[in-house]
Amino acid sequence: MFKNKLVLPGLTWISLFLLIPCIIIFTYSFFERGVYGGIEYNFNLENYVRSFKWTYFKILLTSGQIAFLAASISVLIAFPAAYCITKANPKYQILLLFFMMLPFWSNYLIRTYSWMVLLNNQGLINNLLIYIGLIDEPIRLLYTKFSVIVGLVYNYLPFVVLSIYASLSTMNKEIIEASEDLGGNFFDTLIRVIIPLSLPGILAGFIFVFVLSVGNFITPDLLGGGKFLMIGNLIYDQFLSARDWPFGSSLSLILVTIMLSLLFIQSLILARKKL
Amino acid sequence: MRKLVYLIMPFLFFAWGTAKSDLVVSNWDGYSPPDIMDTFAASTGFEGEMSFHATNEEIMGKVVASKGAGYDVLFVSSPFAEALNELGLLATINHSKIPNMKNLDSWSMNLDFDLGNQFQVPYAWGTTGICYRSDLVSEEPTSWNHLLNPPLDLHGKVTMLSTDRWLLSAGMLSLGFSVNETDPAKLDMVKDVLISAKQNLLSYDDTTFYSKLVSGEAVMAHAWDGWCNYATWENPDVKFVVPSEGSDLWVDTMVILKGSKNMDAAHAFINYILDENIGAWTIENILYKTPNKAAMEKTIPGLVDAFPNMGYSAQYLSSMETLKDVGDATKLYATTVADILAD
Amino acid sequence: MKKIYLCIVFCFLYIPILTLITLSFNKSGLPTSWGGFSINWYYELFENQKIFKALFNTIIVAFFSTIIAGLLGTLLAMGMELRKSNKYIEATAFIPMIIPDIVMAISLLSFFTLLQFTLGLHSIIISHVVFNTAFVCAVVRTRFKYFDHNVIEASYDLGGKHIITFIKITLPIILPGVIAGSLLSFTLSFDEFIIAFFTSGAGSSSTTLPMLIYSMIRFGVTPEINALSTFIILFSFTIVFISQRAVKGKLLI
Repeated sequence: MFKNKLVLPGLTWISLFLLIPCIIIFTYSFFERGVYGGIEYNFNLENYVRSFKWTYFKILLTSGQIAFLAASISVLIAFPAAYCITKANPKYQILLLFFMMLPFWSNYLIRTYSWMVLLNNQGLINNLLIYIGLIDEPIRLLYTKFSVIVGLVYNYLPFVVLSIYASLSTMNKEIIEASEDLGGNFFDTLIRVIIPLSLPGILAGFIFVFVLSVGNFITPDLLGGGKFLMIGNLIYDQFLSARDWPFGSSLSLILVTIMLSLLFIQSLILARKKL
Repeated sequence: MRKLVYLIMPFLFFAWGTAKSDLVVSNWDGYSPPDIMDTFAASTGFEGEMSFHATNEEIMGKVVASKGAGYDVLFVSSPFAEALNELGLLATINHSKIPNMKNLDSWSMNLDFDLGNQFQVPYAWGTTGICYRSDLVSEEPTSWNHLLNPPLDLHGKVTMLSTDRWLLSAGMLSLGFSVNETDPAKLDMVKDVLISAKQNLLSYDDTTFYSKLVSGEAVMAHAWDGWCNYATWENPDVKFVVPSEGSDLWVDTMVILKGSKNMDAAHAFINYILDENIGAWTIENILYKTPNKAAMEKTIPGLVDAFPNMGYSAQYLSSMETLKDVGDATKLYATTVADILAD
Repeated sequence: MKKIYLCIVFCFLYIPILTLITLSFNKSGLPTSWGGFSINWYYELFENQKIFKALFNTIIVAFFSTIIAGLLGTLLAMGMELRKSNKYIEATAFIPMIIPDIVMAISLLSFFTLLQFTLGLHSIIISHVVFNTAFVCAVVRTRFKYFDHNVIEASYDLGGKHIITFIKITLPIILPGVIAGSLLSFTLSFDEFIIAFFTSGAGSSSTTLPMLIYSMIRFGVTPEINALSTFIILFSFTIVFISQRAVKGKLLI
């Protein structure tokens, strides 16, 4: 009984302050936009038909691609970092995590501005590359998919480190030593022991970056120069610029459905991998 | 369940940070004197506070979702004022409570979206055009086509606004259409023009284009006149031009919400903003033109040399077409913009 | 080798911050061009009551939403992991992460309006708790995957009370997850803008820092904000440094 009650406060909070309000909004997706942006209550499925336009599908694909790349790169960078932190003196582990988060107590907007300063044609990075002779002419770094991905990886990397750290530090040293004693070299140990054991953290981190990136609307705007519309921008614009809540709701509902399906695929994979 | 009730209880008792003043105004940060609420209180006795919004769209979304609760006066651009009014959220302006209306230019009191200032009072206005580095262009831009189809040396050095209405109006004006065009066939043509213009863009930029001009990253930007002045302030080689095909007149307005509990304070605030000296502060500090004739006469002679677009007359501005809320066509506009940006 | 790698990652994280600190001494108000050295922005910053009030509000929101979400998220994770959780609970705990911010913002505001709930800092906290709970829960759950449930059963069998079992057995195991989740939650809340804007009350008394910074967009975000970020980072750094000294190398927590 006790175990069942544990989930109650959290679930109640989420249901009360998220599910119920959102269900109200989602019912709008079956109605129409009023002339000046209100809701006309005549039931129809036009918004869903509209959602399957090629343009929106393309936006969804672009977002998926950018978010997937950002999440994969973040995991690749964060995993070794989290591993190094768990190997550090326990006294300093929390401190290292703290310093990893510290830059993010500035502000999203101005961090993004500073990437604009670093990546532009006369920016630090282009100048550095020219100085060391790798390139002769400045290369276009800013306002490309590359810069969007850099911005996303930068802003979400620490979250991945945190979640991988949380699962990696479960592992007791004996397991790793045992594997090494059995003659496994470092890479064997890594692939057969460490990565499988930290898989929950890696997946959680991947999901964080993926979902936060898909819904992001500031980075594509500033670092992508607005040239790549992501699903987050599209939904934001429907609710605010176009004042078309019904269409915005139908797009969001589709997005939520896709993400939930991905979640279940992920949990299936995890269930299969379970020792 | 009981646990949850305990958790929520404190919030209900200590309703933190809820407003307790006579008047709540929402504006962009930096758009009016920083100490405006203190001087307003000293001069009228009404205690007010100022809060801030980032964009028209956000404050509009918030006001629509909350039926305007909590706010008394908002600063929004004219199409938004119009839509708020159509949604029945705005109070009628009582002219007898705003004696300083006399300071307003008569041109600004008869704008076609609100003849005779029924639901809004204009605060600042201007137009949209091309902001460019005169020292870096080979020929001075004069037409929208120059922006949409720039000469070879400017490829990749041009920025455009991406807010729905202004992005589309650049294409509409270049084709000789109205900025409130709603014919789907014509919008299709606009879409094609803007998609091909995208090839030569550095980026879409609504917020930092002026700093790109100063750094030379961009050479030509689709810009609002007031924002262009920020670049001119840093570098006098930055100039502004209204293309020969004409442009739009945008107006930032003050509106009073119907739900306001203190109509007197709200009117007194608008009256205070229209004061000659407050108006002069506005012009000198934000470098936007205002329809406050008294304040303009006081300040413009000192500014017009450095910022030529500050000299545009009220008559000239009001000869341009104002952006109107296009009602149902807003949907078509949004789809067109999505098609352009996603291409 | 490990140290070198960590150094590189820290460089990546801190280079934009160094840029930002440099820009806080930029005489010109623009983010992309250098107009000469000046400490003027720091003077302006310290004269600006509005910014510090907003900073204070932001800290209150981030602190309380982290405490509540830390508790709710940890309990939720324990509940989900200590029994066979079903997919409806999984979905409910996942939705706050995937729902677009703007949808959550608008639906919460409509909901609060419907209930005639007074808006203020407390309503921002309530809203932030929703997504923070989901994030804390996801992080804490990663601690449980290979957790030996028999340990807990054994403790009960030996007559342990829930709370004692929790403090002596469960908590030490999940603590790194709770700490990591709380840090994540504090950071998310500290930087969140759109939900805060919609669920805040009208008026400056519930304006948070991100809201204030975004409202400057139309006139350019001044280096005052760079100065403020520099100040926050140095201030936090100093506090941690002093507290480390004070406890002489003992663990922070």
